[in-house]
Order: sequence, then C-alpha cells, then structure tokens
Amino acid sequence: MSKTKLKIENLFKIFGPKGKSFIDPVKNGMSKQELLDDHSHVLGLNNINLDIPEQRIQVIMGLSGSGKSTLIRHINRLIEPTAGAITVDDEDILSMSQIQLREFRRKKTSMVFQKFALLPHKTVAQNVAYGLTIQGEQESVAKEKSHKWIESVGLAGFEERYPAQLSGGMQQRVGLARALATDAPILLMDEAFSALDPLIRTDMQNILLELQKDLHKTIIFITHDLDEALRIGDNIAILRDGKIIQKGDPQQIIMKPADDYISDFIKDINRGKVIEVKSIMQKGSSKGASLDSSCSLEDALKVLNNEKNNECSVVDDKGKKIGKVTLDAAISALFRDKASKNKEKYK
Amino acid sequence: MDWLAEFPSLGKRDLRDLKKGIDGSFREWSRSNGDAIEAFFDPLYFFLVWLEKLLIATPWPIILLIVAGLAYLGSRSWKLALGSVVSFMLIGYFGMWKDMMATISLISVSTLICIAVGIPIGILMSRYDRVQSAITPILDLMQTIPIFVYLLPVVMLLGIGRVPGLIAVCVYAIPPIIRLTNLGIRLVDKEILEAADAFGSSYRQKLFSVQIPLALPNIFAGVNQTIMMALAMVVIASMIGVKGLGMPVLQAVQNQYLTLGLMNGLAIVALAIIFDRVSQRYGQRLQAHRYGKEHE
Repeated sequence: MSKTKLKIENLFKIFGPKGKSFIDPVKNGMSKQELLDDHSHVLGLNNINLDIPEQRIQVIMGLSGSGKSTLIRHINRLIEPTAGAITVDDEDILSMSQIQLREFRRKKTSMVFQKFALLPHKTVAQNVAYGLTIQGEQESVAKEKSHKWIESVGLAGFEERYPAQLSGGMQQRVGLARALATDAPILLMDEAFSALDPLIRTDMQNILLELQKDLHKTIIFITHDLDEALRIGDNIAILRDGKIIQKGDPQQIIMKPADDYISDFIKDINRGKVIEVKSIMQKGSSKGASLDSSCSLEDALKVLNNEKNNECSVVDDKGKKIGKVTLDAAISALFRDKASKNKEKYK
Repeated sequence: MDWLAEFPSLGKRDLRDLKKGIDGSFREWSRSNGDAIEAFFDPLYFFLVWLEKLLIATPWPIILLIVAGLAYLGSRSWKLALGSVVSFMLIGYFGMWKDMMATISLISVSTLICIAVGIPIGILMSRYDRVQSAITPILDLMQTIPIFVYLLPVVMLLGIGRVPGLIAVCVYAIPPIIRLTNLGIRLVDKEILEAADAFGSSYRQKLFSVQIPLALPNIFAGVNQTIMMALAMVVIASMIGVKGLGMPVLQAVQNQYLTLGLMNGLAIVALAIIFDRVSQRYGQRLQAHRYGKEHE
C-alpha cells in the first residue's frame, strides 16, 4: 500500500444559510429527507472519511445526487465544507488563505470537467497553455509544454482550432491536456468521460491508463458508471446520499458487496471479465499450469477446463506461487450471490 | 368625515417654503460652485470643440474615405461601406455636411465617455451584488425620468452650450452599456468560471481572460444601444444649444418648416442606421468562435 496523499476526515457539507447549526443533529442521525423537509437544508456530504493513496486512481462512484461532484470540489475548495478536515501531504487545505489556495490550485491540483469547460474564445493551444499562462510562465515555455501534451493526447495538428470546431471526444482530450500541462501531482476528474459516446469513452479510458503508467499521478475520478469504475479504479468508494457506503479495491466490491444497494449495482456486470483469480484463490498449490493472479475468470476457465484435475496454481507478477484455484470455485464465482438471484426470480 | 374626502397633504405655505428653500439653496450652491464645475468640464469642452473643428476642416473626400474604411473594417461588407458613403454624400449634397459633422463629434465623444464610465461600473455591478442593487434603481431613474427634469439643474449649473448637452446625452445613453456589461459578465458559463478558478486564476486574470472576452457580444450590444440612444437625444440636446442636425429639426418644429424637419430628421435616421449596422456586424463577428467553421 502506498503512502496516503490526501486525507479526508469527518467531512460534512450542508447546503443552506444555517448549515453549521445542523451538524450535530445530522451526527445524531437526522436523515437527509428530514433535514430537507423540516429545515430546508440539503445534506450534501455526511461524515466522509477517505484516505486516498499516492499515485493511484481513486474512483468515487455514485448515482446523480449522491454528492460525488460535491466531494471532489472540496479537494480544491471550489466548495467550502461545513465541517471536517482535508489534508494533502499533511498540509491542511482548509486553513489556507486565498493566496495560498490559489498557489495550491496552480501547483498541486488540476481538474477535468464533465462538460469540458474549455474557453470557447481561445484556441486548443491557448486552452492547454491556460494553466501555465496564469502562473506567469513565459510564452515560449508554455507553448512548448502545451505542444507536448497536445501531442500526447493525440491532437497534434489541431493547435489552432477553436473548441467549437472539435467533436466531444476531442474537446475532452483538450481538457485532459490542459489538466496535465501544469504538472500538478493531483488530478481531479469530475465525470470526465460521462458525456462521451461509449466507444470514445473507452478510448479516453485507454489514453488515461496509458498516460498514468508514466505519470503516476494521484487521480480522483468521479463516475456513475460501474464498468468505468471497475476498469480504471485502483480503489473505489461508493457514495449514496452523501455517505460512503463501501470502499475497497474493485475485487472487494464485487466479491463482498456491503449491502443490497451495492449488490443491486453490480448485478449486471460481466463477472467473468471483471473478477480476477486472486479473488477466488485458495491456499496451497497445484501441479498444473500457472495462472497470473490478475487473470480474469473468463480466461482462467479455459485453462482450468483443460487441466486434468481442473486445478491451477496462481502466481504473482514475479512468478512466485501464491495459491491455487479450482474450476468449481471459478464457476461458482460466476454466479451472482443469492440475494440478487432471488430478487430476479420474483420479478 | 372631511378627512376622508381630501388627502392629507402638507399645507400650501409649507410646500411653497419647501420648494423655495431647495430652489434657493441650489441656486446659491450653483452660483458659488458653477465656475469650479465649469472649469472641471473644460477639457471636455475643448476636446469636443477640437474634434468638431477637425471634422469640419478635414476635406470631405478624406472624411468619405475614412467613413468607407471604418464601415468596411467594422462590418466586412462592401455593400454597407458603399451605402454609408452614398448616405454621407446625399446628406452633404443637401447642405447638412457641417451639422452632420457636429452631430458625429457629439455622438463620438458621448459614446466614448459612456464606454469609459459605463463598462467599469458594469464590471463592479457584476462583481458585487450590493453594487448591483444600489445602481439598478439609479439606472431605472435615469431611463424613465422626463429628460427636462434633469436638463434644468444641468442648465442652471453649466448654462447652455455643448457641455451641458453632452452631459444630458450621456445621462440618457449610459444605462444600456452599464446594464449589458453587468448582464454579459453574469451570463458567462459558470462551468468555465469554475475551470478558471480550479486552475488558480486571480480575479483580475479571470476578468480579463475569461469574463470580459466572453461577455463582449453583450457589451457590444450595449455600445450599440448607447449610440442609438445618444442619436435619439440629438434633437433634445439642441434645445440647450448643442449644434448639429438637431438644431434645424427644432427650428422646423417651431416654425412649421416641413421640408427642413424632414431632411434633417432623415439625416439622423441615416446616421443611426449606419452606426447600428456597422456596430452590430462588428459585435456578431466577435462571437465567431461560438460557431465552428467546420466540424470534425
């Protein structure tokens, strides 16, 4: 486990003129609905605690209204919390003055937006250089740097176009390049790919994963799409009504959903593709072929089926044996858990 | 039940004393400060006179060239440039060249003043809600109060002539540019502002690199409205001694000179149409980035 980059502790956000006065009632169990009906205040975030590790992709997932966009805007203080603490590299974000905050936003974080939020009156090159320009970077340096990032997102040759002349996918590449150009270690992505077509979305996910291999940024990625979360997340936190109801790596979420809400969520995913053999691994070893621990069930089934006693060893990325899997275990992992199966029966 | 039939009002004598008191003290104040205030506006007066003289002294072919050039630069349309030149030639041919130059110099100076004063006020209004709620009723007042009501104190202070005329024109013409600057900045997409904030822009950087450029079409609509309203004031300004196309119209009204009124009136209309079309086209070109020329 790598070092914690960003720590969120006991974070509350209550929208409304007297938000602060409702912290204690909410702590004592006042519900979101009650707060809204009786006091006309909106509970945005309810006691969020999250440690975000350095150089990993932390996905925050939830449906609309769950508070995920509110949460990500607390990290660079586009929204001020009602109570709680946020620290980045042990530095308290909330006690920063406006000038310190500006410096923090320039150097430490950058952001990609759902609707791209490009400057329509500036060219692609000027948009990508925006972060550098406002830092007072020399024009030639800014131009050189932004050119590099425009190339790395595959937009070379489009430097002098305006955003309105580009398709949605291309616009978001500009958004990504703009965010990367400032070399900030933390990248905030607010439903960055949600507005794109499925194929282009996969494309963008690939670009991001490919870039992340070299960049090792701490990425906080908001999405409402489970497939996307499972695909790119090193860790996932699931939000509902402003509360984190489960956090863990993708395998934990699929194998041990915390409640019915999450089981419901994951019932439609392709388990054969998502579950990795390490999640169903048993102790011991087998004489048969070896499987990589991150091998998907789908691929593992073929190998297991061909083995004489339907068993394989599991090896880690250094080739060391760490356990075994059986065909039976693989097949039973393909079925959803009982609860969600029953639910479907009654439909 | 007498008190129900008649509205309770201040006594006649009290009312008269009140009016007299205010009138008297204003007169007193204007007598003692009039010279200082006049001196304050002197630079404006000299500039106005200088511009008028310059326009009149410039040979007419050069003026026509400048008109054609400006019209073309603003609108990128040969038709409009040609139309402007033809209108100017007709106005000149019917003997209204000098008056037209005087009117143009008045309109130019008042528009410049309105821009220089109005845009900063609009920016302040967009930044602080309090300033907005303080200035909005003043703008409402300026736009609805009968013009003669504020013409009177201006004349009492500065006498009749170009400068009070200019001030009257500005008071009438400045509200649209203030309103539309404020509105334009407030209408800038919140997401784009959020992006500017997220990258650590200061207020000044946000204002000059995001808000004003994106509000320009609206600001320009304000400039256009300001020019139109300034032109509409030309006749009224002539009542307090401003020379130009308005003066003959006033004479025509007083003496029933039908043709004189019509000719000068139409000349004002022609100027208005030229200014309007050119500035509107220019404003539209400022929004060109909004529509992709070619889509991938």
